[in-house]
Amino acid sequence: MRIPLSWLREYAQVPADATAEDVMADLVKVGLEEEDVHRPSDELSGPIVVGQVLSLVKEEASNGKTINWCQVRVVPEGAEQTLTGKGIDPSGVQGIVCGAHNFVEGDKVVVTLPGAVLPGNFKISPRKTYGHVSAGMIASSRELGIGEDHDGIMVLSTLGLDPELGTDVMELFGLNDQAAEINVTPDRGYCFSIRGVAREYALATGTEFVDPASKVTVAEAQAPGLDITLADEAPIYGVPGCDRFVTREVTGIDATAPTPRWMASRLQLAGVRSISLPVDISNYVMLELGQPLHFYDADKLSGGITVRRATAGEKLVTLDAKERELSVEDLLITDASGPIGIAGVMGGASTEVSDTTTRVLIEAAHFDAVSIARSRRRHKLPSEASKRFERGVDPQVAAVAAQRAVDLLVELAGGTETRNITDVQDLAPAAHVLLPEGFAQRLIGVDYSDAQITEALTGIGASVTRTAEGFAVQVPSWRPDLAIKEDLVEEVARIVGYDQIPATLPVAPPGRGLTRSQSQRRRVLQALADAGLTEVLCYPFVSTTQNNTFGTANAGTEVPSVALANPISKEFGFLRTSLLPQLLETARRNNGRGFRDLALYEGGLVFLPKEQMGSSVLPPLGAKPSDDVLANLFDGVPHQPWHVASVFTGHEAAAGVDFTPRAWDWADAIDAARTVADVLGAPLQVAQGSHQAFHPGRVAALSVNGTVIGYAGELHPQLLKDSDLPARTCAMELDAEALMAAAPAVVVAQALSTQPLATQDVALVVDQEVVAGDVLAALREGAGVLLEDIALFDVYTGTGIPEGKKSLAFGLRFRAADRTLTADEASEARAAAVSLAAERFGATQR
Amino acid sequence: MSDQTIQEEHTLQPPVPHPTDEAAVTAAVEAALAAIESASDLAQLKEARLAHTGEKSPLSLANRQIGSLDKSEKAVAGKLVGAARGRVNKALAARTVVLEEEEAARILVEETVDVTAAPRRRRAGARHPLSVLQDRVSDIFVGMGWEIAEGPEVESEWFNFDALNFKPDHPAREMQDTFFIEPADAHLVLRTHTSPVQVRSMLEREVPVYVLCPGRTFRTDELDATHTPVFHQFEGLAVDKNLTMADLRGTLEHFARQMFGEEAKIRLRPAYFPFTEPSAELDLWHPTFKGGARWIEWGGCGMVNPNVLRAAGIDPEVYSGFAFGMGIERTLMFRNDVPDMHDMIEGDIRFSQHFGMEI
Repeated sequence: MRIPLSWLREYAQVPADATAEDVMADLVKVGLEEEDVHRPSDELSGPIVVGQVLSLVKEEASNGKTINWCQVRVVPEGAEQTLTGKGIDPSGVQGIVCGAHNFVEGDKVVVTLPGAVLPGNFKISPRKTYGHVSAGMIASSRELGIGEDHDGIMVLSTLGLDPELGTDVMELFGLNDQAAEINVTPDRGYCFSIRGVAREYALATGTEFVDPASKVTVAEAQAPGLDITLADEAPIYGVPGCDRFVTREVTGIDATAPTPRWMASRLQLAGVRSISLPVDISNYVMLELGQPLHFYDADKLSGGITVRRATAGEKLVTLDAKERELSVEDLLITDASGPIGIAGVMGGASTEVSDTTTRVLIEAAHFDAVSIARSRRRHKLPSEASKRFERGVDPQVAAVAAQRAVDLLVELAGGTETRNITDVQDLAPAAHVLLPEGFAQRLIGVDYSDAQITEALTGIGASVTRTAEGFAVQVPSWRPDLAIKEDLVEEVARIVGYDQIPATLPVAPPGRGLTRSQSQRRRVLQALADAGLTEVLCYPFVSTTQNNTFGTANAGTEVPSVALANPISKEFGFLRTSLLPQLLETARRNNGRGFRDLALYEGGLVFLPKEQMGSSVLPPLGAKPSDDVLANLFDGVPHQPWHVASVFTGHEAAAGVDFTPRAWDWADAIDAARTVADVLGAPLQVAQGSHQAFHPGRVAALSVNGTVIGYAGELHPQLLKDSDLPARTCAMELDAEALMAAAPAVVVAQALSTQPLATQDVALVVDQEVVAGDVLAALREGAGVLLEDIALFDVYTGTGIPEGKKSLAFGLRFRAADRTLTADEASEARAAAVSLAAERFGATQR
Repeated sequence: MSDQTIQEEHTLQPPVPHPTDEAAVTAAVEAALAAIESASDLAQLKEARLAHTGEKSPLSLANRQIGSLDKSEKAVAGKLVGAARGRVNKALAARTVVLEEEEAARILVEETVDVTAAPRRRRAGARHPLSVLQDRVSDIFVGMGWEIAEGPEVESEWFNFDALNFKPDHPAREMQDTFFIEPADAHLVLRTHTSPVQVRSMLEREVPVYVLCPGRTFRTDELDATHTPVFHQFEGLAVDKNLTMADLRGTLEHFARQMFGEEAKIRLRPAYFPFTEPSAELDLWHPTFKGGARWIEWGGCGMVNPNVLRAAGIDPEVYSGFAFGMGIERTLMFRNDVPDMHDMIEGDIRFSQHFGMEI
């Protein structure tokens, strides 16, 4: 909301030298946040004065254009020119070349004298043109930045103005005025008016407030006005769509009369375009009092008006010339011809006020906020009117606003007031709220006095009665947001000042610290960074193709995904079931920026739909739903486990002196998974795997207790090619929550034997297809309790090994808990290990 | 000294002093001491030792002759030659220590490397500063005895709005620019704030509740220098008997000082949120902000609306609560002078790596 200061000054005590910034600094204290400053004089500065064209000589220029060589008097006859400066003629008469032709000798015009600056930093100075020195410019409204009209220059008489020569146009047109723009929160609709903001300004500064409504005298009806019927048969939430409807009639107006400059200036400063006098008046009254008005051409109405819901299939051509299909929930203004407006949102074209309108019917009504909000959303028709109705309009101000419009139409459009008045009301009684004794003090922690409370509440317009229980408060009609005692406390606290609230530190009960899973997640994220990987955070939006590629091991499987109804990009309109697509995209972006060596990781949620998707029941607010309903709400939320993923490409480090870095490979991806498992103390099994996104021969399936929880390895060469990623890029992703759950709650210590170690190596020849991990597991199992540790240290093929076979070399460490092992014991255990490997895989000793 | 010379010296065969000839013995000693003294490294010293104490050295040969002397001469000769050999051995030992020390020092000098050319064999990893900041905020509250609570990112509309007192048709509900999940009648959204976790926390816990809820949130903003559709928040909630807005201010003040240092100040301005009443905007002042000491809008806060307590089955006539919420991106932007939102979300490794493990 933009507040022209001149307007605010009519109703509040704003110091004469206060700037928009000063006013905003005061308003912010009561909760109206500063947004912007609008000051025409920042763009436009004088000398700009009223001049009179003394003579006008038409001259044909060499380019074929006809120009006017004008002598323009810019000081009153007989007075002296007091302005000085280059190009300002002491005689008070300026020679000016003008290309416009919509004026004649004797016309009073706007003259921008040398030294003036127009919008766009256009500086006026004397200049040679068309064989003359033109010392200034006769201005159009567009050149001044105050209107669109560029058909010609401004002739003041057409604006109804006859000012003295030399009058400062900045002052005359209100261009020295400035506006404070404030942000109005949705609970305070009354602040979408000068009336509301002036009241708040008075409260913020402790000064006097004059209610603009009190300056209007509402006429007594002498005869009934138009027949109005409120017939809402389908109220929303039981609230009637319309509970007040006032009509007034003004006859004999001249709809083409010019809008006075003061009004146009204020409207412009308030951010509202001047359109025509009737429209400008309705906007002006709305801005001043907060009551949206609608003007009908009374001669185009047929019969009385009925306010009702639309019936199925009804249509209406609105003011913007669009035909709109109406919903049965739309509240309509109708006459005998059918719909003539969507209540509070937009009027119809058929009864619109035009240049030829002479008889105006003014509507000042009060509509239900919810009904207006739904119609506005449905028809995508946000308007100044709907904005106010949705946030609450004072139902008591309707007749006042209508009268104010009548008065302005009479004064400015030459109309005649009629006393045929209709005022149909179905208003709810005024709201009363009890502020219990001591409650404000208890909630805020400030020892407010009775006087402070009473003063604050009467200041906002409430009636306050001290009772034994506390303060009985009748809420002002323009504050539908004040419904509970806490609302009243906020009023007291903000008006006395939030800066009066002291600081005390409450003591929480003894805490438990981070939960186990919180510490586990932290450890995982830190461990990967410690291992040299870089954490990134990616958006969770992906395409179905990406989900179908990374969300399942098997190609051709449709992965159930959570779809967004209103995604930012249609293509990426789904939530990720895997972290990898966006992590790879991040790798690609870094690569494009010249970073070839990458080890990235992310920890985050993936979204897996369950059979139950959401809940059709949306319980009401302000009450705890039943256990069943709550359980249903919980169950409807998709499964969202915490995954960890990493991507490797390029080398582990940059090359250096006597140092050739290793290229990242599939083993690093598996190692990252092991790092995660290790810091959690969770068992992780690595087995030969298969996943459509990975190289078929270079991917490990990662499992916990027999359940696959992820994959690690080299990505599929074709996929890398298609997604513009370097060859041999490797990746890992796992469901970290599954690992976290498998971690032991308590780690049981093992006894450490100090008996001597016996080592034995063994080389086994097996088929190429047999994987080392399986052989190692067999050896471990076969060796029995004496085996302390076992490690694979070599894989060999070539001379001495038959075609299709390979030799695996293992180092075994034996130790007994209670004695020194004999060589025979160790050899026996080794033989048992070999024999199990032989049994399972046909392994032979080399 | 070249091998050639050594051989020549060997062939020169110095004269063997007679064991009783004091002058000759002394001359042999002098020759030995001179050779020892002039040895400049351990190899030369070894040569000197062989030449002057070896089996064929003059003093050794002289010593051997003592056996064939007269008894009367034996004692004199033994004393003379013994003392002579003692002097030589002593000099040898002393010179050995000196030359060994020199040798050790020389090796150390020779082994000097250019440490500035050391290759970085492993790249340092990095946390994302938003994660680190989130952990740090959490730690401050854990230190105050609060718990950290989390919840799902796809959330029931009831938890995101209704339970927080957003009326179905109220403009405040639209201000949140919500991502909705299909189908519409599932009433699921990407949470627009972490406040639904507050409601879940109240349902899951017994009062008193003191929780901090950090996490990811979503709004349909296009990405630009100051907006991103995916961002992070932390919200705090305290529900207890007799909590006041002064307690809210005290908690925020304490937190601001923990986060920004003792000079930090906070200010509350009246505001509106459906879930709090009274509500306030929270401004933060710090002397070292970029652009000078100034107030910066940091977040929102207020006393928990009784409807929110009721939604969680808590009696607002018995308990009161306060809540607050701030953006982590915004906090990082002004705490660490991050100029552009793009840097935080594009995953450019330079951004994380510049911070490393710190913020």
